[in-house]
Amino acid sequence: MLDTDSQGGGDNAKSMSLIVTKGTLDWAYPPFILATTAAAMDIKVTMFFTFYGLPLLNKNLDLKISSLGNPAMKMPMMGMHMAMPNIVSAIPGVDRMATTMMKNLIKKKGVASIPDLRDAAVDLDVKMIGCQMTMDLFEYGTEDMIDGIEIGGAATYMEIAAKSDINLYI
Amino acid sequence: MAVHELNAEGLNCPLPILKAKKALKAVPQGEILHIRSTDPGSVADFAAFCNQTGNELVSSSTEGDIYKFEIKRA
Repeated sequence: MLDTDSQGGGDNAKSMSLIVTKGTLDWAYPPFILATTAAAMDIKVTMFFTFYGLPLLNKNLDLKISSLGNPAMKMPMMGMHMAMPNIVSAIPGVDRMATTMMKNLIKKKGVASIPDLRDAAVDLDVKMIGCQMTMDLFEYGTEDMIDGIEIGGAATYMEIAAKSDINLYI
Repeated sequence: MAVHELNAEGLNCPLPILKAKKALKAVPQGEILHIRSTDPGSVADFAAFCNQTGNELVSSSTEGDIYKFEIKRA
């Protein structure tokens, strides 16, 4: 019998680890979607937040996107899909506008917000580890981060990864 | 026996699955959760969810733009 009250389902449960390296609004989605879904499917999940992924653990999320250098980012506009030329992306205020457009689209299409997905991950007992080195490097303290996270380094991650059925780098 | 229902209309991936997981916690073993969704991806996703978690997908059907699922809590 599976234990659906908490993730895990006993010793035979599958496990997954994710290395989260990117902290823009768009790139925050894949790790949080996979982590919450896996946890809902009784898979034990550990997320390791490093480099630009680390701010996803900040108490106050202020995520933005940039279309700079991203020709694949084509937004639905005026009945077509439009990419933004780099020279336009570089203009001050354009990233803010693109971020607002993306957030409106997310809401309109019934897609969860990143804060909601992160809350769901906490509820589903996803283990979240902040990279100690990145915290030192970018001068973050545990007081900047949400409660319930752990702090660790590469060896902490490797020990978990070595025991996990699925390991992803995002 | 109480009727257990979840309306996941208008929600996109992975919210129907996350809401279903939460709703199933309140469903006694052997009883059925009735789910309504508008996300076409939820058809394959609820099948995969049930395969992985051991809950039984009793039925999966379409009614206009609505996808309906019945999941028996394991």
